[in-house]
Amino acid sequence: MSAVLQKLLAHAPVLLDGALGTQLLKRGLRAGECPDAWNLSRPAEVEAVARSYVEAGSEIILTNTFRANRMALEGYGLAGKTEEINLAAVEIARRAAAGHAAVFASVGPSGKMLAAGEVTETDLQRTFAEQAQILATAGVEGFAIETMADLAEAKVAVAALRETGLPVVASLVFDSGKDKDRTMTGVTPEKAAQELTAAGADAIGANCGRGIAGYIPICQRLRTSTDRPIWIKPNAGLPQMVDGQVVYKTTPPEFAGFISALLQAGASFIGGCCGTGPDFIRAVEDTLRRWRRH
Amino acid sequence: MPELSKLTDAIIDGDSKTAVALTKEALDAKVDAQELVSKYMIPAMDEVGRRYEIGDCFVPELLIAARAMKGALELIRPLLAASGAKPVGRVLIGTVKGDLHDIGKNLVASMLEGAGFEVIDLGVDVPPEKILGELKTRKVNMVALSALLTTTMPGMKTVIEELKKAGVREQVKVIVGGAPVTQRFADEIGADGYSDNANGAVSVARKLVNA
Repeated sequence: MSAVLQKLLAHAPVLLDGALGTQLLKRGLRAGECPDAWNLSRPAEVEAVARSYVEAGSEIILTNTFRANRMALEGYGLAGKTEEINLAAVEIARRAAAGHAAVFASVGPSGKMLAAGEVTETDLQRTFAEQAQILATAGVEGFAIETMADLAEAKVAVAALRETGLPVVASLVFDSGKDKDRTMTGVTPEKAAQELTAAGADAIGANCGRGIAGYIPICQRLRTSTDRPIWIKPNAGLPQMVDGQVVYKTTPPEFAGFISALLQAGASFIGGCCGTGPDFIRAVEDTLRRWRRH
Repeated sequence: MPELSKLTDAIIDGDSKTAVALTKEALDAKVDAQELVSKYMIPAMDEVGRRYEIGDCFVPELLIAARAMKGALELIRPLLAASGAKPVGRVLIGTVKGDLHDIGKNLVASMLEGAGFEVIDLGVDVPPEKILGELKTRKVNMVALSALLTTTMPGMKTVIEELKKAGVREQVKVIVGGAPVTQRFADEIGADGYSDNANGAVSVARKLVNA
């Protein structure tokens, strides 16, 4: 295992950060605007969110680069700024971390479907390798591939990111099928964990999805299917519209109420996804502190 | 004369090549085009849809079956048109303004085509004016709107309001879908139909045009 992960896991469970996108929305990100473009246009806001997580106790924070691969940026007409956006993101996150948290790069899906023939594995490999190279050069300590709905794409990303020699976390979203425990393409947690392990991921996880309660069985099933540490970042429930505003109904104490069960289910890294903020991370930290003591 | 049940199987398996070849053979053997669609092709999509509903198959299987269906339908459509048969309905589909996500929208479009609808795909980031413009130039039965982002889903409401303002709301049915969209939201904004998956969208659309 990589030295970075080893050091962090020495006092596991490791506290991650919460959402970036939904926090930026609160700070005025407009509908359909590219959150990653804020690394250039509103760096102080991005840094403030990152710093709020460091202050809440996050031991790893993620860069604002979830949409910053060339294919995803293409959709916003920003492909030409791929390098600039990624470089700025790392600079911002490192400034916010100031040595108090490790900086991992968030790597999100391309937005194109392999199964539909919209892209080839070679296209994807090239896209992720480009982003990885920029992020590694800029000084991230690892990668977190997040919210992947397609195991095949996640495996291509793992392979491309591993070329940098940095640790790679691979996290999928399980929100499909009648029990909401499969990826969009029908992959079970067992199969995901086995194949991502074989692909060389250093940690394996689940994020986003349909609320924290469903993560306990998913975490357990990932745990029993791999020897790698498990990474869990659930949403604060599903978004609802109230008076034209988007709200997430799960509260920080409700969220924190599931943390002991997640730890028992084998999670080593815990944070939050859409709808969670620093208040959630502080609530989780309280539980983790008690857990570490006994 | 090919064994027509094999056409059904080919569509279920998403085997485009075989589905197209068998359709061609059947048409050469003078099998009635309408019968081919209603007896052997639509039941195939129904079966894939049923498997999807019970969790026996997933999005990729739906996608390749819809594609096989589409390939076969392309051979049949000119014949149906020539015989005066109309499509089940004509649907304008698009992802709302500010939203660039197209996986779900493309899937629903393929599934609707597979079910015999004529689909006009307006793409992503579609402003309400574009939809109104289309409605002026051709007869449309339904507008299907997609949004993946919580920040763009209010755009669905805007489209419905613009349809009302333009006095064309009663001419079309509006169906909505996408990850954050719920039945409750659909009801709130006054949409006619909602589904949380592509297969369900087809049933909703069929019901709304009484097909």
